[in-house]
Parts: sequence; structure tokens; C-alpha cells
Amino acid sequence: MIIFQTFLLAVMLAAAISAAVFRDLMNAVIACALVSLMASIMFYFLQAPDVAMAEASIGAGLTTGIFIFAIRRTVRQEEDEEGS
Amino acid sequence: MSFLSDYIHYIGSFALVLIGLYVVLVKSNLIKVIIGINLIDTGVNLFLVSVGYLHMGTAPIFSQADGAGKEMVDPVPQALVLTAIVIGVSVVALALSMAIRLYQHYGTLDLRKITELKW
Amino acid sequence: MRKALSLAVLLVLALGLASALRGPSVGAEAKRGELFDEQKVNFGRRYNSRAREETGASNVVASVVVTYRGLDTLGEVAVLFIAATGLAALLHTGKQRRSGEEAEPSSLIVFTGCRFVFPLILLLGAYVFVHGHLTPGGGFQGGAVVASGFLLIYLGCRGRQPDRQRLNAVESLSGVAFVVIGLVGLAVGGSFLLNFLPEGSKYALLSAGIIPVIYVFIGLKVGSELGGILGDLSGARR
Repeated sequence: MIIFQTFLLAVMLAAAISAAVFRDLMNAVIACALVSLMASIMFYFLQAPDVAMAEASIGAGLTTGIFIFAIRRTVRQEEDEEGS
Repeated sequence: MSFLSDYIHYIGSFALVLIGLYVVLVKSNLIKVIIGINLIDTGVNLFLVSVGYLHMGTAPIFSQADGAGKEMVDPVPQALVLTAIVIGVSVVALALSMAIRLYQHYGTLDLRKITELKW
Repeated sequence: MRKALSLAVLLVLALGLASALRGPSVGAEAKRGELFDEQKVNFGRRYNSRAREETGASNVVASVVVTYRGLDTLGEVAVLFIAATGLAALLHTGKQRRSGEEAEPSSLIVFTGCRFVFPLILLLGAYVFVHGHLTPGGGFQGGAVVASGFLLIYLGCRGRQPDRQRLNAVESLSGVAFVVIGLVGLAVGGSFLLNFLPEGSKYALLSAGIIPVIYVFIGLKVGSELGGILGDLSGARR
């Protein structure tokens, strides 16, 4: 069971790194939803079913919806790095 | 193996917080920064719930199928994390509404350009 | 330059956090009595052992959220209300949308499907927050499910929008009802948010004092509030 939890944490960290790296903001938001989903499964393994339900519905569902509405009203692509 | 099972949850949540902090510090698009704030929130919530975990514990709910002999995990961090999740989503919603107003006013969401256009 | 500096800061933070890996490992809090003073109270164990007799609820987290830590829940409801009000104030003072940007109404199949599924989603959300003291769930989870139903309406039924006046009325009245229940507890027993209703039998729906009542109001408030936030962000006219 600990191998499975380690695998879930590795998927979560890979999704977080890709949320940081992606240029298209829509793809970054979907990666953020994947992070929330993996965190919700981890909450279940940590014997917290209430928190798992809250994170799955609010983090993976509503936060993604809010981000998509905001991206629709503003920019879609991140600007290029010109050096800081 | 025992090192993994002892500390893997702490390592995972700390790494998530550090990735979110990197996004907040380095990226210049405002919506990317708000995604970073969301990552930091998720990491801290995961850390709080993993602090309250007892080895081979069971969920803090009494049911007709009693898990006899197992101790229940700590319910206080779970109550705090319930509050923190809802507050995290309200912070993200308010920050995104400010980003929309900034875009309507300045025409761009690049933080380097917005700090140059004073008034 | 900024990238290198922030990577250096993050490296220092990571080294500092890694010093926690020499402390108690995950799940080792069971040995806490040996590590710390025996006189200190472990609140987790106290709530686990006494929550059922004192409140009558089967879900210990629900009794902690409503009864033992009720003021924190009141503060969180206030924070959510402030965020929703600030968002509505920010998004409605700009220029109104031109009528040329109006999206076309959705097709008949999508519209009918969304209208058919929406009451079922509301029923599921109501089930989750009414049974909050017996099963995993509660006010916040049920309110989030209700808000997901509203998200479906905003995405699928573009020709007709929910009535914003009624949503605002439900949200405000639920918040007022929460505070009124707390004040009734103050008048009856002497402390705010006192559990003054009878405890009832185990596993019954009408048990655990004021916990199901407060969870119903929290579920209605969170659901209508998040639905209102989604409506404001999607640009629907008031």
C-alpha cells in the first residue's frame, strides 16, 4: 500500500511541475485539477473521508470552473520570457 | 522502505509547497501566480491532514460496522482543513476577479508591464 | 537574476524543512505521551472518546466543526460572504458587455439534458448535507455539490439563467439563520452556539442536537454563494 501512495505522490508532483511549465493557461489549469484529484485520493488513504469529499468537489470541480471562466475573459497564452 | 513509509507524506507536501512558491516568485503572468497560490494551499492542507494520522488508525466516524481494536485518527486537523479548503477557493475567486478588472483596465496581464504603467 | 535568487531562497527553505525529517514520523503521534509531558491534554483523543456522549453525533468531525469549534465555522462563513460580496462589487462596476458578444442559446438536447439532471444534483447535495452527522459529508461538501449543479446550468442552458434575486435571498437568510440559532443558544443556556436540542438516539436522522439544523443552513448558504460567484464570473446579467 505504501508503494501505491508513493506512486500517487509522484504523479501529483509531476502534475504540479507541468502546471508550472506549461505555456497555455488552459493546460496549466487542467494540471492543477489533477493535483487536486491526487490530493483527494491521498486524503482518503490518510483516513479522512470528509476532507477527501471536500477537496474533490471544491478543488477539482469548482476551482477549475472558476479558473476557466476567468481565462475566457482574459488571456489564453502566457507571454514569452524576455529575461527578468 | 521504512524511510519511505515514515516520511513520504511530509516530503510530498513540502515539495508541493516549494513548487507553488517557485511559481509565485518567478512567473510573470498573473493567472499563473494565482495557480501557484492554489498549489501552496493544497500542499499545506495535505501536510496538516498527514500530521493527524495515526499508524493503522481508522476514520473518526462511528458506524455499525465497528473497526474494533483500532484507534481513531485525530479529528481536529480534519476540521481545520475543511475550513482551509473553502477559504482557499474564496481567495482564488476574489484574486481572479481582480485579475479580470486589471485586464479590462490595462489590456495585459504581464506583471512586468503593469508595474511600468503607473496610473 | 530573479530566477537564480528565488532558487537560492527555495534551496534554503528546503534544507530547513528537511530538518523535520528527523522528528516524529508520519503516524508516530500514538507515542506522543512518551515524547511529551503526560500532563498535556491530547485534544484529538478527548474529542474521539467523548463526542458521542456529549453531542450524539456519529461523525466526530461534524461535531468538532459545529459544536466544539463552532466559532471557527462562523468565521469561515463570514470570509466566504466577504469574498462573494467583493467579487460582485468588482465585476459589476466596469463597462457592460456589448450585445454583440452574446453567446447563442444552446441546442434543445443539451438544454433539456441539463434541465433534467439539475434537480438530481440538487437532491444529491441535499442528501449529503442533511446526513452530515451520520455519514462522511456535511454542509460544505453538500454545498459544493449544489454549486456544481449551478455550474452545469451556466454552461449548458445558455438561453435561461437562474434567478439571481432568489439566490441572494437564500444566501442572506441562511447566514442570518445561523447567527439566530447561536443567539437562541445564548438565550437558553448562557453560551453562544450551545447545543440545546435533545440528543436523540444513535443513527437517527433527527439526533445530535443542532448539528443537522446548522448543517442544512451552511449547505444552503455555501451552495447559493458559490453559485452566485460562478454566475458573476461567467458574465451573466443580473
